[in-house]
Amino acid sequence: MAADMRLPTIQKPVSLTFSAFDRKDLVVPGDVITSDTGFMRGHGTYVDEEKLTASVAGEVQRVDKLICVKPLKTRFNGEVGDVVVGRITEVQQKRWKVETNSRLDSVLLLSSVNLPGGELRRRSAEDELTMREYLQEGDLISAEVQSVFSDGALSLHTRSLKYGKLGQGVLVQLSPSLIKRQKTHFHNLPCGASMILGNNGFVWLYPTPEQLEEEAGGFYTSLEPVSVSDREVISRLRNCLLALAAHKVLLFDTSVLYCYESSVHHQVKDILKPEVMEEIVMLTQQKLLDQEG
Amino acid sequence: MATVQVSEAEKVYILHGIRDDLRVDGRGCEDYRHMEIETDVVSNTDGSAKVTLGDTAVLVGVKADIGKPRPMVPNEGYVEFFVDCSANATPEFEGRGGEELGTELSNTLYKVFNNKHSVDLKSLCISAGEHCWVLYVDVLLLQCDGNLYDAISVAIKAALFNTKIPRVHISADEEGGKEIELSDDPYDCVRLNVKNVPCIVTLCKVGHRHVVDATLQEKACSVASLIISVTRKGTITCTRKVGGGSLDPESIFEMTEAGKRVGKALHAPLMKLLQQEESLGKARQKVGFLG
Repeated sequence: MAADMRLPTIQKPVSLTFSAFDRKDLVVPGDVITSDTGFMRGHGTYVDEEKLTASVAGEVQRVDKLICVKPLKTRFNGEVGDVVVGRITEVQQKRWKVETNSRLDSVLLLSSVNLPGGELRRRSAEDELTMREYLQEGDLISAEVQSVFSDGALSLHTRSLKYGKLGQGVLVQLSPSLIKRQKTHFHNLPCGASMILGNNGFVWLYPTPEQLEEEAGGFYTSLEPVSVSDREVISRLRNCLLALAAHKVLLFDTSVLYCYESSVHHQVKDILKPEVMEEIVMLTQQKLLDQEG
Repeated sequence: MATVQVSEAEKVYILHGIRDDLRVDGRGCEDYRHMEIETDVVSNTDGSAKVTLGDTAVLVGVKADIGKPRPMVPNEGYVEFFVDCSANATPEFEGRGGEELGTELSNTLYKVFNNKHSVDLKSLCISAGEHCWVLYVDVLLLQCDGNLYDAISVAIKAALFNTKIPRVHISADEEGGKEIELSDDPYDCVRLNVKNVPCIVTLCKVGHRHVVDATLQEKACSVASLIISVTRKGTITCTRKVGGGSLDPESIFEMTEAGKRVGKALHAPLMKLLQQEESLGKARQKVGFLG
């Protein structure tokens, strides 16, 4: 039994690198980006007295003559090829609706999943009737963005063995802008757990599978108890992710791993205390800086 | 009530974790998330407190007003509760969505707090049968992440501790009528005795064990929970069972014992913190809502 009560403190940003004030490419609403009229107005900007002004807080991006501001606090804007983690919210005819932290629910078509029993198979009427046996409401999946509809909704696919239904593990929901784009978003971390860093800000932590299961097309989930040591690693990773996110550190395998290493002196449940959080994030940033140069 | 969706496999993971006394966030079964308490956050109340417990945040304001005592108890004041579920907490509360939960919460709070053993109601009496102080306790839910009852009860205790009731003088005029005069000095006020104000402990039955301070995910795995209000000395003043499932008598006994133990241990750090905050006085750094 432990109840930790304290007075709130004002959170100070923990940053070893240059301060955000020195970054010319970061703007807040109302900041004038340029008064040069030769540029085109993109997303997140408007023209005020012939000056191009930011309408959202974020990072200025320029492609030739087009200037956009990419907001930092946003829902997920999917692009083709993004890895996402999502939750099934609805089973419809020939499709599942998936919650992926984007503005509209994404769809997963029955024709873009691998069904058990071979790759190339016609989708019959029976498959349509048994859709709920594969994925039902509340289930979590990992998938890839196949295409983006004109209204911005995403169409997903799980046509690879690495995607599919997720079994036992922990979901952490963070901001999509904190996820660093990388070649792979599936990581088997050396600390003994695996992690899917979805581009949509959903991170899935799970015990590293012993052998890659196949045959069932990824619809089979093991309900065997996870060992206590694996659980501890997963819980520690979860709290580390939340600590990094609270201090706005970009998330990728190295930063998560460094944070994990910095946290080993503390008990898992203590990581979320503000002072411990500050300490381990500081150590992580130090390690990241050392590694860079 | 704010709900979250949890898949079957996630439920199994949470259930096995609780069986092994290692929950998803690394806590044991009887651990609370860390709690941040700040009093005197709303200037136009007589006492207020804001409590954050993990991602749950509640704001409590206490307003004192002069009213007529209830006929059955002419020498006592009374306490009124109102719980407002802000749609900021969850979109489900939009419109009238939070009303049901609000009434349920305020009814429970009424049962727990409005008796002379919890709050010193006699001290709220101004003149027997005619005038008394009425404490309007307004609770605002700012964020919901499970365990609302415990957070609210701690916030109420802190807000009552913080409450300053102006001192009144009763003078009789020539015709025998009484006149109530409020003191002109804003610092001339009475504090409430919060020694016996209970704290609520919610125990959720998950699998074969029970946990305190359940998150929304854990709550989704539990079938029934027991709400126990415990005073500083370990006296239970109120119990309530919520949730659709059933509890067997043996586990109710176990949960009551655990609740008593946990509840007793909540009071000491809370009072220590409130006294510490009080002693800081004006030097205290106010955090408020933008910290």
